[in-house]
Amino acid sequence: MRQKLGRWFIPVAGGLAFVYLLVPIAYIFVFSFNDAGRTNLEWRGFTLDNWQNPCGAPNVCQSLVNSLQIGLVATVVATVLGTCVAIGLVRYKFKFRNTADLLIILPLATPEVVLGASLLAQFLNLGWELGFSTIVISHIMFCMSFVVVTVRARVSSLDPRLEEAANDLYASPFMTFWKVTFPLLLPGIVAAALLSFAMSFDDFIITNFNSGNFTTFPKFIYVSATRGIPAQANVIGSAMFILALVVVITSQVIAYRRRKALASR
Amino acid sequence: MTATATRGQKKHATEDLRSEEEIAAEKRKGRVGLYLIIPGMAFLALFFAAPVLVLLSMSLYAKPPGAEIGEFVPALQFSNYTTVIAAYWEVFLRSFVFAFIATVAALLIGYPMAYLVAVRLRGRQLMQGILLVLLIAPFFSSFILRTQAWKQILSDEGPVVTVLRAIAILPPDGHLTATAFAVVCGLTYNFLPFMMLPIYANLDRLDTSLLEASGDLYASPIKTFFKVTLPLSMPGVFAGTLLTFIPAAGDYVNASLLGNNRDTAMIGQIIDSRFFKVVDYPGASALSFILMILILALVLIYIKRFGTKELF
Repeated sequence: MRQKLGRWFIPVAGGLAFVYLLVPIAYIFVFSFNDAGRTNLEWRGFTLDNWQNPCGAPNVCQSLVNSLQIGLVATVVATVLGTCVAIGLVRYKFKFRNTADLLIILPLATPEVVLGASLLAQFLNLGWELGFSTIVISHIMFCMSFVVVTVRARVSSLDPRLEEAANDLYASPFMTFWKVTFPLLLPGIVAAALLSFAMSFDDFIITNFNSGNFTTFPKFIYVSATRGIPAQANVIGSAMFILALVVVITSQVIAYRRRKALASR
Repeated sequence: MTATATRGQKKHATEDLRSEEEIAAEKRKGRVGLYLIIPGMAFLALFFAAPVLVLLSMSLYAKPPGAEIGEFVPALQFSNYTTVIAAYWEVFLRSFVFAFIATVAALLIGYPMAYLVAVRLRGRQLMQGILLVLLIAPFFSSFILRTQAWKQILSDEGPVVTVLRAIAILPPDGHLTATAFAVVCGLTYNFLPFMMLPIYANLDRLDTSLLEASGDLYASPIKTFFKVTLPLSMPGVFAGTLLTFIPAAGDYVNASLLGNNRDTAMIGQIIDSRFFKVVDYPGASALSFILMILILALVLIYIKRFGTKELF
């Protein structure tokens, strides 16, 4: 009896936790079909209008485009800079490694309000105008540490003999990097980039400090929360969720099939 | 010049069996490493380290007599710190208590999730992949939208309150939103993925034959869990609790959307309003700096106390 209880506990508790995670998503999805009018607070009847006209509410699509652009630029820069740092830190020995380590870990141990407030203090001091570029800078900053940590784990687990073998076969260091090291690091780099994009896209606190009048999607929702969030925001939230699911699951299925095909050969 | 060179060579000859070329190659590699990290490090120095120093100096600025709103002059006014501590120590305490409860709750919810995906579903890669995606995908629907959804689900007209009132768990005039309970629930919910993912990454590498060995030696499943699984997964738990506690302590979205702004206020809200509504830059900077130092101190104590493998 106890044995059985133990066997069921994990699937039930874990399953319930996943349900808990998805309850608000379900709510957002259902209320994206609400015939809401100005405030999307109570159910007023089913309609497809919001999905047919997702940009119907003022600023909702512009804020989405802004968020996507910021996410893209910040992800590319943070991934490139962070990957270089990760390789440099694992593979090479030099004097300032401990300082470098500290500089990477500290942003992770600092709450977002402090990161946002300190950058705002810096931008005020420099007299920079708040907007697209200051948001991008702040996002690169907090994404880069995550990229370094993620990619570094991958670099450390790499077998150095593979590079030595390439070297022995007269590959130049450059060739060795592109043909051996980089492909092996790629899964880690992709994971880091996806995480960066997700965090940048969903960031509110740091953005709120450094955005001035520029509006991102999370900021749009936060600002309109006092007046009532338009149902179009629910449409975009649901659509982005579904898009993320479809993209990742498709790539998973392709990778799964490929592994199976390789295994059966 | 020549003398030092020969002495240098001799030193290498005694301590180092590598050839001259290998040592030169090593040095060259060291330089490549430096070039690789310089751009990223320069960026962090400019936009993380320097801003923190600016924040520190701004926290000591003073308001000159007859100044306009938002006008401050560089000074060393340490009383800024005592003023904000006297005014907001309770809010600091509340923030840390909320973050602590949320971290424990997220651990209790996140661990079974991680165990389910990493151990129970081991070998079923497609199922594992789908569940992990479900964990990440909510990021794309915006956490503010999800927090707002919780607010509506838990609202007085919502289904949860209606049911709880009907079965008399809540009094007829009781409510869930605008309470500390709602704020802590929101924090737990929002940072759950940060708890679950490191634990998953750790349990994914767990050698299950150890669990079988423990079972073969007549340990009950519960004993096996506490004596084998949990101690082995402590690095994941350690990372997860830090990644949950730190952002939770500084968060203000949950407190402002799900709380009532009076006795659920968290320190992030205060910093935000000091910056933007009150336009008290020195006060807000001092609060931010105190928050950073307190969290770093807590993290260091935590690392010292639990950052080893010897836990049980």
